Amino acid sequence: MNQEERARAIIDVALAHAKGKVDDIEITVSSSNEATSRFAVNNMTQNQSPEYERVAVRVLVDGKQTRLTSDIGPPQDIVALVDKTIYAAKLLESEDDLLRLAPAPASNLYQAVNRFDEKTAAFSPQDRADIVRQIIHTAQKHNVEAAGTCVSGERSTAIGNSQNLFAFYRESAAEISITMTAPNSSGWVKENAVSMNDLNPEALAEKASEKAIKSKDPIDLEPGHYAVILEPSAVLDLLCFLWYDFSATSHIDKLSCLLDKQGQAVFGKAVTITDNCAHPLQSGEPFDGEGQPRQKVTLVSNGNFENMILGRKSAHQLGLPATGHGLPQPDGYGEYATNIVVSGGNTSLNDMIANSERAIYLTRVWYVREVDPRTKLLTGVTQDGTFLVEKGAIKTGIKNMRFNVSLIELLNNIIALGPAVRAAGEEGSPAVVPAMQIGDFNFTERSLF
Amino acid sequence: MEALAEYALDIATEYGATYADVRIIQSESQNIQTKNNSVSGFQESGSYGLGVRTLLGGWGFSSTKDLTKPGIERAVRLAIETARASATCRQSPVTLLPEPPHKATWKSPCEVDPFTVSVEKKITTLLDAAKVMLAVPGITLATGELTFIREEKFFASSEGSRIKQEFIRSGCWIQANATNDDDQQRRSWPQQYGQQELAGWEMVEKWDLVGNAQKIAEEAVALLSAPQCPQGEMDLILDSSQLALQIHESCGHPTELDRALRWEINFAGYSFLTPEKLHNLKYGSTIVNLVADATAPGALGSFGYDDDGVAAQRVFLVKDGTFSGYLSSRETGNEIGLTRSGGMMRAESWHYTPIIRMTNISLVPGSAGKLADIIANTESGIFMETNKSWSIDGRRYNFQFSTEIGWEIKNGKLGRMLKNPSYSGITPQFWNSCDAIGGAEEYVHWGLPNCGKGQPCQLMWTGHGASPARFRKTQVGIARSK
Repeated sequence: MNQEERARAIIDVALAHAKGKVDDIEITVSSSNEATSRFAVNNMTQNQSPEYERVAVRVLVDGKQTRLTSDIGPPQDIVALVDKTIYAAKLLESEDDLLRLAPAPASNLYQAVNRFDEKTAAFSPQDRADIVRQIIHTAQKHNVEAAGTCVSGERSTAIGNSQNLFAFYRESAAEISITMTAPNSSGWVKENAVSMNDLNPEALAEKASEKAIKSKDPIDLEPGHYAVILEPSAVLDLLCFLWYDFSATSHIDKLSCLLDKQGQAVFGKAVTITDNCAHPLQSGEPFDGEGQPRQKVTLVSNGNFENMILGRKSAHQLGLPATGHGLPQPDGYGEYATNIVVSGGNTSLNDMIANSERAIYLTRVWYVREVDPRTKLLTGVTQDGTFLVEKGAIKTGIKNMRFNVSLIELLNNIIALGPAVRAAGEEGSPAVVPAMQIGDFNFTERSLF
Repeated sequence: MEALAEYALDIATEYGATYADVRIIQSESQNIQTKNNSVSGFQESGSYGLGVRTLLGGWGFSSTKDLTKPGIERAVRLAIETARASATCRQSPVTLLPEPPHKATWKSPCEVDPFTVSVEKKITTLLDAAKVMLAVPGITLATGELTFIREEKFFASSEGSRIKQEFIRSGCWIQANATNDDDQQRRSWPQQYGQQELAGWEMVEKWDLVGNAQKIAEEAVALLSAPQCPQGEMDLILDSSQLALQIHESCGHPTELDRALRWEINFAGYSFLTPEKLHNLKYGSTIVNLVADATAPGALGSFGYDDDGVAAQRVFLVKDGTFSGYLSSRETGNEIGLTRSGGMMRAESWHYTPIIRMTNISLVPGSAGKLADIIANTESGIFMETNKSWSIDGRRYNFQFSTEIGWEIKNGKLGRMLKNPSYSGITPQFWNSCDAIGGAEEYVHWGLPNCGKGQPCQLMWTGHGASPARFRKTQVGIARSK
């Protein structure tokens, strides 16, 4: 029995058992076997191959709804979970305006995506160890120290409901992340893809080594306002704090920094942002937490805030059509944009450096947090390769600095954009974003390294 | 559970593991969320599975929810295969500090089992608090959340340990949001993201959500028209919950020995507290004493034994201002010549391998009395309450925190309310500026249930005991947009 057949069998058991006992039932089956090999100080330090399989049952009965989750077990466990969910739902008060589950959409509404590579899904511990050894070898060659991860495996999601909806998706996953450390400097890279074939461990190790070596003996720079050049992963780890502000629920709850600004110019004209699960550099299911087809939505077009994303509940509240971005229900946060694509330009990083009289080149931002939700003020620090650019060339590495930057101001101050690429960071999920050259970035304090 | 664990250990030994341990964990949880006058989420979850860790020169780990004999054998064989692969990427084999085998049981304190309290009573508690918050004009969103978790864990090692532990965790949280055309402010109770403890329903009653709802709602609305926090160097008093997060970020994380050994540098980061500084660095003023105490009753980071099978301990990290200890494990302790692990290894669940985690990292109470006494003894400064935002650099030197609310202090008295308060600094300079620590009368064991570390990232529940404290000449108010 393959993954899809197995998931369908679980869903069918639950549907059959719940028939006549509930108004609606929805079952979600999630599984993954992503394995992670970790290394540091040029040694493998941890190596884990966990297995994850969960089933979530949501029932609607007498105007009440609840959701229970459990590890997947034999059929009698699924039956028991359904019974327990029905029991739990009956303990609750009725909800006003509780929506019945949606019927199955036409299958052609699901955007066609194929993101599965058998070889990557079947990578062995030794396959990952071979990659790790290659990275360590590169570190030793450059007299730096390697740390990082090599991840391989697969994940799948199936959802079915009593309105005849059934959707299944699986994808393979590969990721390599490397920090190379020199005596007083460091460099970092991270990339992920559907196939390990799309990642080049040696090239990534060379890139991280180069950042560490080039930023050695960093100088102290006075904090203040500087022009900056942001690598795509730095852009991602800043901009990801904006994604929820496009959620309709964040507007209903008056939490969005874009409140009451739909249809208005909110960012510079260079900014166009879509949510598009079918983009060739994207990953993830073509359906949302209720199995609804994810639609391509233009969030920002040439700086104008065009559209929100909507789950079924927020769509009903606002009298608008849902866009297929709902989170598994019931959930107070509503919906989330999971497939962001920020349109790029044609200015390469080298060109951005070449056209800078004086700027700071940030390859990574670290520990970014929101300070003020209304102005979208963020703070964070630079890390793992920060450089002073003068007269069109990298002059020297600089010690790390703290910044306090409003995303709204940042997106109104773009000088140039690089080509959009799939970027991986540590604050947000991977997205398609470009490198950015920004006219003003506020560094407020120095660190000591 | 015991028979399954014995079976896994037998297979691991048979396949040549020089050390193996097995954790079998069964857990259940309940989470109730409200938004304004309705329930926005009601979820229950159950989990039962096994994690097996094997050592054959390098580490291997696997986990499964298939607790049949074939399922367990498959998981053990994968852990063995993974360990063998690890050994090919090591310059020397992993070695562990000795720990005597323990045969023990341990249970966290709980007066009222939260799973015996009716759902109706739980929802009523949250909705009553929401009603009070929404009655305050200007409140635009009122939320609440209750979380209850029961976990039974059985640990068995090839060295002979057989340990049963049972944990009950309870958490409660309400938040009032106020929004107008120009601003958005919020207040939370008991702290940002709520409070969690190793306790039962009694902790929900203790924190009295309904009784504190009006105060936070009124403060959230008042913040909209409050003046901005000023910018400059001034004396700073922190409430105990903000101090808890300050301790977490600037003491707890940098004293993790795996960080100090650069094992976590790729994600969680490095530490300025490198081994040569142990017993040599003046981390803080002489009144600063920080402990890692896994034995504190009811504190969120307490347990009987860690996931290395090491008994819970109380260890000084900073003694009379001097950096004096690490959060350690059987493996990392060996690297710097310790004779025994501090017992700080934990995994989020059976799905993950354990890593070094904070237990309860706490500031020992001082002699400055109550918060009111510290304020009365401060001529000019600012008092900040309830965390809102936090960030610290990769070596834990430069930090910046914002709180939900602040108050001017003038001539020993609280003055105007201040919005968007923030402060920043360098960790050892900050702790060396500490000149007043409140006494035991206002000491609270705050719980932080969402500390992220490791790859893949694991969330862990940690605790931090603190009384209010004062820090002289601190940089305040630097966090602002144009």
